[in-house]
Amino acid sequence: MTDRPHAGDKTFGVEAAAMTMRFGDFAALDKVDLKVRPGTFHALLGENGAGKSTLVKCIMGYYRPTAGDILVADREQVIANPKDAHALGLGMVYQHFTLVGAMTVAENLVLARDDVPAIVDWTREKTELAAFLARMPFKVPLDAKVSDISAGERQKCEILKQLYLKRRFLILDEPTSVLTPGEADEVLGMLRAMVVAGDLTILMITHKFREVMAFADEVTILRRGKLAGKGRVAELTPDDMARTMIGAEELTVQPARSGQVGKPRLELEALRALDDAGAIAVRDVSLTIKSGEIVGIAGVSGNGQRQLVEVLAGQREAEGGAIRVAGDLYHASREEMRRHRMSLLPEEPLKNACVGGMSVADNIAFREFDRAPFSSGGFWLNRAAFRNDARKKIAQYKIKTRTPDTPMAALSGGNVQRAVLARELGSKVEVLIAANPCFGLDFAAVAQIHAEIMAARNRGAAVLLVSEDLDELLELSDRLVVMFHGQFVYEAPTSAVDLTEIGRHMAGH
Amino acid sequence: MADGGIGLWTVPLAVFGGAIRVSTPFLFVSLGECITERSGRINLGLEGTLVMGAMSAYGISYLSGSPWLGVLAAGITGALLGALHAGICSLPRVNDVAVGIALMLFGTGLAFYLGKPLIEPTAARLPAIDFGWWSDIAQVRAALRINVLFLIGVALAPLLYWAFKTTRWGLLIRTAGESADAARAMGHSVLLIRLRATMVGGFLAGIGGSFLSLFYPGSWNEGLSSGQGITAVALVIFARWDPMLCLWASLAFGGAAALGPALQSVGMTSGYHLFNAAPYILTLAIMIITCSPKRTLTGAPAELSITR
Repeated sequence: MTDRPHAGDKTFGVEAAAMTMRFGDFAALDKVDLKVRPGTFHALLGENGAGKSTLVKCIMGYYRPTAGDILVADREQVIANPKDAHALGLGMVYQHFTLVGAMTVAENLVLARDDVPAIVDWTREKTELAAFLARMPFKVPLDAKVSDISAGERQKCEILKQLYLKRRFLILDEPTSVLTPGEADEVLGMLRAMVVAGDLTILMITHKFREVMAFADEVTILRRGKLAGKGRVAELTPDDMARTMIGAEELTVQPARSGQVGKPRLELEALRALDDAGAIAVRDVSLTIKSGEIVGIAGVSGNGQRQLVEVLAGQREAEGGAIRVAGDLYHASREEMRRHRMSLLPEEPLKNACVGGMSVADNIAFREFDRAPFSSGGFWLNRAAFRNDARKKIAQYKIKTRTPDTPMAALSGGNVQRAVLARELGSKVEVLIAANPCFGLDFAAVAQIHAEIMAARNRGAAVLLVSEDLDELLELSDRLVVMFHGQFVYEAPTSAVDLTEIGRHMAGH
Repeated sequence: MADGGIGLWTVPLAVFGGAIRVSTPFLFVSLGECITERSGRINLGLEGTLVMGAMSAYGISYLSGSPWLGVLAAGITGALLGALHAGICSLPRVNDVAVGIALMLFGTGLAFYLGKPLIEPTAARLPAIDFGWWSDIAQVRAALRINVLFLIGVALAPLLYWAFKTTRWGLLIRTAGESADAARAMGHSVLLIRLRATMVGGFLAGIGGSFLSLFYPGSWNEGLSSGQGITAVALVIFARWDPMLCLWASLAFGGAAALGPALQSVGMTSGYHLFNAAPYILTLAIMIITCSPKRTLTGAPAELSITR
């Protein structure tokens, strides 16, 4: 292996001093200081867009900072690209996996090395890998294809890859976002043990206070590209940290749960659907949602939730079973959606619910554009009506856009979701289907979306909420269902659920 | 045993011989394209590369007297065209399919322009090995005269299959084709990997072209390729990006293409034009049987612009 000045022997710290990163006029980072002391577990907190990812990408050499210095083991270093960072013993585990799905775990591990031999002797490599794994706290199946193993195993695999490469300073970018609470505790607990044993130093990007409180020694908090606070975790409470993260911004207040549960509104009868590879993704699931209730579907991503939502949205054909809305068979046609006042908040709204190149006003009018007042005779469009309606909704839903004519793709994630919210919830709603509606959004947007979903429920809508965020499900749902391998494996009223029980079912036990 | 007395056996024999002859250019182009596509890029310009390869091989063989120098020249020409494709595709917001179509027209046009003086002269041709020496039936001997390039191509398919699994370059090409992000996160230059894969792909396609002008049909003219390059690109999809399946697909396609002429030779005169369409009907039929609107193609490199 190549000479690694800091790898292999002992742990070391990393420091960033007065880091500034500008993209044009916009300062993503403004003189931020970060000090990660050797042999500690350091958390980097901040909302989406606060500059956490930019900061670590500067440290890892993906970005060249506009100004500022990086110190590795108290020595100033110029890190021009990720290879320099790797040579210094720095490794990063990304939020989106960087494993190659079509290859085996063993292939992925060997591939990551700097010195892959021209011809790989797989017998020898596998013996060595097995010996390496025997020394590690977690196990992964070496011969399995990465696309076939669970998200938890993939995350372990990413971390093992860094350890296999003898990196002693790990940056983890939201490492638990795709894990069950049990898996998250297992992975972080093992990493914590390695830090305590003096083998590692960790910098973890996160927005989960629970994990900061349980595993981190110190925390640095960013807000809008600036250093907002730092300190020892033992001396802070989650409330302190949340206030530092959000600043003075006022959040929408969620209305209280009210109203009566009514008649069944949305019924799934033995619904079955395939995934893109032709395998069964949704296995004969049945569920009844009444008006005035929110049913939450929990589960680790990739257990059929996406396909289920796509069938309900009309983006995928069901292989079997039936959907009934208010007793009528439902095939997701435009006429049926209108008649039953179906609304949909799909995940990745820019991709699944918007046309990025069309204006905000056009996107907001998608549901109603071919009827009065937007259109006369179903043919001539009345542009003024589009703009007036959009202006009204932009104000009502606090959508930050320069004009109603700005293309949708130019808006931030939170504002795209607000625009979809305005379209889907702007008139009366009887059935609402929401999938990860708050993924990647900031506190203000999350609070507003949660408030709108609750308000729709209180007005008598039947709500199906599919989410990977358990906290969100526990906060909003009246009833909770766990989905695993395409089936509903657990169901309970939210008031009676037990978090460990839910976690166990999410992991398929 | 009288000469020519083998009756209907003529047809399978002719199909066998034809399969080998016709499949060779398909084999080289599809193996080359397989490498390029596994790296995450599609090069539709291989039709142009094939024709340029045929022209340059013929020219160099004529000028030097050595058909093998011609083959090398065809390979180098192909690699240069591959570098051009990869170079243009390295620029931001460039679509590889569009560049490929442009290069297809550029390659064929350039070959016709430069190849004008080569239509008349006769160049040295590639040798064949006589595996039919033991038989005294003319048809058997004809079918078993196997060209050397075909044998190289047949050896190349398992070699590539092995290389994708067990060499550093194989792993890097697959990584770039399956997840550019993963390759970048490991500090590799995806553009460089794709440049090399496209150049190697062009090199092999150029050699496929040299077969056309130096063995079968064995002369240079403008109607030489008639879309074989583009068909070979489709063969790769049909073969699910697997070099071994590329070999079988090329043979099946070659055999089907030889069916028409073989039937003609035993005296079937009516409807043999229909049999000339056999390879295309075969491809269409297999495509319809194996594809479904509800599934994505299995084995497709995830970074390919047709699957993304």
